[in-house]
Amino acid sequence: MISSRILNRATPYLFLAPAGIVLIFALLYPIGYLTVASFFDWRMGSPFADSTFAGLGNYTWILNDPSFRESFMVTITFAFVVVVLEMLLGVGLAFMLERPIKGMSVFRTIFILPMMIAPIVVGLIWRYMYNPQFGIINKTLKKWGFESIPWLSSPDWALPSVIIADIWQWTPFIFILSLAALQSLPKSALEAARIDGASGWQQIIYIKIPLMMPVLVVAALLRMIDAFKVLEVIFIMTNGGPGLSTEILSLRIYKTAFVSWELGRAAALSNILLAIVMVITIAMFFYTKIRDARLARIQADAENY
Amino acid sequence: MKQYSRINTTIFYTILLFLCMLSLGPIILMLLTSLKLKVDIFNDVSTFIFMPTLKNYSSVVTDPSLMRYLWNSLYVGLISTVLTLVMGCMAAYAIVRFRFMGRDVVSLTTLLMRMVPPAVLTVPVFAIWTFQYNLSNNLHGLILVYVAINLPFVIWILQSFIQQVPIQLEEAARVDGANPFQIFFLVVLPVIKPGLAAAAIFTFRIAWNEFILALILTNRATRTTPVNISLFLTEHNIDWGQIMAMGMLIAIPPIIFTFVASKQIITGMTAGAVKG
Repeated sequence: MISSRILNRATPYLFLAPAGIVLIFALLYPIGYLTVASFFDWRMGSPFADSTFAGLGNYTWILNDPSFRESFMVTITFAFVVVVLEMLLGVGLAFMLERPIKGMSVFRTIFILPMMIAPIVVGLIWRYMYNPQFGIINKTLKKWGFESIPWLSSPDWALPSVIIADIWQWTPFIFILSLAALQSLPKSALEAARIDGASGWQQIIYIKIPLMMPVLVVAALLRMIDAFKVLEVIFIMTNGGPGLSTEILSLRIYKTAFVSWELGRAAALSNILLAIVMVITIAMFFYTKIRDARLARIQADAENY
Repeated sequence: MKQYSRINTTIFYTILLFLCMLSLGPIILMLLTSLKLKVDIFNDVSTFIFMPTLKNYSSVVTDPSLMRYLWNSLYVGLISTVLTLVMGCMAAYAIVRFRFMGRDVVSLTTLLMRMVPPAVLTVPVFAIWTFQYNLSNNLHGLILVYVAINLPFVIWILQSFIQQVPIQLEEAARVDGANPFQIFFLVVLPVIKPGLAAAAIFTFRIAWNEFILALILTNRATRTTPVNISLFLTEHNIDWGQIMAMGMLIAIPPIIFTFVASKQIITGMTAGAVKG
């Protein structure tokens, strides 16, 4: 009897232990290590113990490095352009295609395929399609009588090319989400608007979009976090080039650590990227908290009414 | 019920089919290229008319090192999925049923851990795995990272499934004299099977597709297929047919999952946006 009580008492800890141990040793410890390492002058080849303390040296070096600023701007541009275009396209398509669809599950399955296959394979496919000699895109352009475009080899076109690939892969995410949000809108609000004589556009702008906003905001933030995490697709397509035109931060971290072997600086860069992502994540968390609290309050009010 | 005119319906399905083509086109192009000989790839005439051949696939399958990389991917994917699921569902159960910390604390920490970019982990994981854990160039080292990066998501998604298990079910089992482990394995787990399936698909896909951590943690013997593809691409004379065949082999398992379980996948994907 006593042993069973001990067992009961200990159970939660026993259940948490395996996951907790793995997370501590293989996720939290590395992140702590990273933070400490970012304050040291540490190069590949020497163990961390032999490195010297550099204070904020790595950070000031990075902030004064013009190529960091360029890479930072590339990252921000990539993330914002991708999120804005994917939101416009995805939400727009959802409005266009809003109606009961026969065989929707098949269409949905097809639309999520690009998100499921390996990023490395996505990069591979697009690099093949952008190929100047036999790539299908330039071939088609030539067939239609246009100039062929130096997609990945020109510094002006490389970033748009990478953005197009991301739009191909992730617009369906926004589309599926907003279609689901659209189809679960309260029928009464739409009915009221229709009776009041609101046109299709007025319904979209004044009723549907405001009602969908909670979902749309979170979808945009999720996409933005993912955009800051992108690495493989660009690694394969351009490897950051030409010049620094597509060198997003995550790629720069990899190159600083494993090409230039500046582990301390790479750690500082990693911390900067981590901070950006964490700020967006926390913003998203509190947004959903506030949103849910508001919904709960409205619901409670409605029930008391 | 609104009525849709026939012209509208035609336009509607035209757009929908066009979107499907956009979505599928690049993947089909990869499939076609993987079935082409080199001459046909460089041939200017047509993308679609050629003699299909399985030569690229047979050259992958008969190459022992390429087969080894595929096997490595599979091994890492399967083992890390099993481990993540076992640890994840136990932790999720403890968090939900025993009310450890506030729910907000748990969901914020799992959310934060979920969002850590893999690139951020490259430096510390490389250093720690090489100098402290002695796990570099070892498939189990890779499995350890994958379990760690997948756990937060799995715990988070399984939590919502476990919350829906009626507590009466567990109480009934307790009255019948079952201990907490029996309750968990014999009562709770069977009920949350759909959640486990969704979590398994997500975990396997991430481990199977992952590239950057595999790149820094593996060597010639322990490489996974995505890493091998990237190394193939840096060569001057790219054998597109063969590389596309490898790409297809990597793409096929996720594609199969998508067709088998698209509903669960969409639930998992949208869960974060629809519910906090």
